[in-house]
Amino acid sequence: MLKTTAVQLYEGAFNLFERPMLALQKLFGQSRIAWVFLLPNLLIFGLFTFLPIILNFVFATTGGDRILLGDRPFVGTEHFASLLDCESYFDPNSCHRDLFWRAVGNTGWFVLMQVGFMILFSLITALILNRDIVLRGFFRAVFFYPVLLSPVVVALIWKWILQRNGVLNAGLEGSGMGTVNWLLEADWAFFWVVFVSIWCNMGFYVLILLAGLQSIPSDVYEAAEMDGTPRWRSLLRITLPLLMPTMLVVMVLSVIRAVQAFDEIYVLTGGGPGSATTLLIQYIYDVGFATRPRFYGLAAAASLLMAGVLFVLTMMQLAATRKQSGDN
Amino acid sequence: MFGWLLGRRGRNAFDLTDWMSFGFLGLGVILMLGPVLWLVLSSFKTEAGLQEYPPKFLPLAPIEVQVDGYDQPLQMFTVTSGEHAGRELAQVRRIGLNAQMVDPANPSERLNVAIGDREPLREFGIASENYSGVFERFNFMLYFWNSTFITVVATVLTVLFNSMAAFALAKYKFTGRNAVFVLIIATLMIPPTITLVPLFLVISEMGMVNSHWGVIWPAIATPTGVFLLRQYMLTIPDDLLDAARMDNASEWKVYWKIVLPLSAPALAVLIIFSVMWRWNEFLWPLIVLNRSEVFTLQLALNSFQGELQTNWSSLLAMTVLTLLPITIVFAFLQKYITQGIAQSGVK
Repeated sequence: MLKTTAVQLYEGAFNLFERPMLALQKLFGQSRIAWVFLLPNLLIFGLFTFLPIILNFVFATTGGDRILLGDRPFVGTEHFASLLDCESYFDPNSCHRDLFWRAVGNTGWFVLMQVGFMILFSLITALILNRDIVLRGFFRAVFFYPVLLSPVVVALIWKWILQRNGVLNAGLEGSGMGTVNWLLEADWAFFWVVFVSIWCNMGFYVLILLAGLQSIPSDVYEAAEMDGTPRWRSLLRITLPLLMPTMLVVMVLSVIRAVQAFDEIYVLTGGGPGSATTLLIQYIYDVGFATRPRFYGLAAAASLLMAGVLFVLTMMQLAATRKQSGDN
Repeated sequence: MFGWLLGRRGRNAFDLTDWMSFGFLGLGVILMLGPVLWLVLSSFKTEAGLQEYPPKFLPLAPIEVQVDGYDQPLQMFTVTSGEHAGRELAQVRRIGLNAQMVDPANPSERLNVAIGDREPLREFGIASENYSGVFERFNFMLYFWNSTFITVVATVLTVLFNSMAAFALAKYKFTGRNAVFVLIIATLMIPPTITLVPLFLVISEMGMVNSHWGVIWPAIATPTGVFLLRQYMLTIPDDLLDAARMDNASEWKVYWKIVLPLSAPALAVLIIFSVMWRWNEFLWPLIVLNRSEVFTLQLALNSFQGELQTNWSSLLAMTVLTLLPITIVFAFLQKYITQGIAQSGVK
């Protein structure tokens, strides 16, 4: 029943487009019909990806709180100048846009902590799951499951656990320790933001590292074993070097994602307490959309600076890949 | 020191390294599934049960009994101290700091107990009113429908447009092909979060603010999808297509009747990804959709958690209902999802 309906829909869609496509084929000839197939995707790409990339520069160099370009006066590099106006880049208080620099600092720490610990835990998990153990499929699924949950759900799950009268505080009190208002103390809030972000992303990297581990031919290990190489040595000398290409992919992906972290953090802490967990994307969202007047220009300028940082980070990692493959 | 991480395969004996592995994995299971389980358990508790501190593990409901001579069922208490200590009594009514109670076995005799001296008797009980309340008071079906509409329409259009583009890039030779391909792949490097402001201008110029189409259109032309499908279509032999053309099949027929069915595995991966992306999307809908009647489930959850700080019972039930569809999909398609991700390296 369901199957016949699906087949009918598929046939119906075919018939719907057949005549117009045939007419176009006669019109353009067989080789140029490729452009017809490309057209819908390219149109959407142009309108919603390429055009905005160019418009971003227009927004970044115009002022006011109006969205229409005609209503926006040209201000040149004013936004960039105000964002970069600092006496010392290591002290947000000395900056004209102190919140921006707090967000930059927070994002820097966040990327360092989140990527570092996530790769460490993912690697350990992948190495263990690569062993011939019972219930392997189950364990792999369990570690992967949180990846599929929506960021809002993830944040609410942890908010419920971390709230003042939550199960974590109850457990601590039950075992004789004091309670903490986890999300209202700056350092703890930052810790949990990193933790939750690792919790819901780790499974993805475990999968990729596991695929990398499984592509290492087993005869290398057999040879090492015959030579009597201790296991920790073959881990350091065989597994890790051969896993390096996969590790680089994981690093590039996770750094790019961590720089853009927003969803689960915004719902979990709202950037607070104060600005302790405000990251770059939230700064852009706050300045450009959440508070009025909406400073579109400032938000666009901040996102261009972020794009620059992302570009540099990606290039550095690509260069590392090239250097590494040159070494071998 | 790291040896336990690298066990040999195919051994029978269960040694120390295996125990350590299982210890680690067991801890992982608790850490990964525990929070979700706690959410589900909590969502079945009454509001009073949720306020309780320290929280009880299972959802509990007060025990009520029918006592002769009373129309309404009476709540059961156990008396902890005072003259009736140790007895289990039913409460008739509360008067100030005292409660009038009866023994269900001997209903004619009224007993006075100080309210501090008694504790409610409870048993395992599910507060299903949390869930019915979500449907009755919070318009859950509207948000569910909004999310479903966006997910289904965006996924159908994504698969259609991406596969058409991938077909053109994989199976035709034309000038500019490589340029187009590089251009599409290059946008993989430019995350959508960079272009929030100008994209908002485009959407508002097209009159799509507070419209679901404002969320759908920008999401459709995924470079990931084009890349994934193109790589797969390259493996389909050209001879097959040429044979169909010999039989006077139109290019559209070649695409729809030969290439698409043969690309089914790659299409399935893209469908799963697209459903996941659209169902869980948050930042862009947050910017485009500002009126509550067009909210997606994610936006509704977010706005409720701001408004209903105290009303955890509805919020938790709604959270469970939101994670349910993805969990069901995962339970059935787990193998395909993990394989697809491992092979393509996208999420």
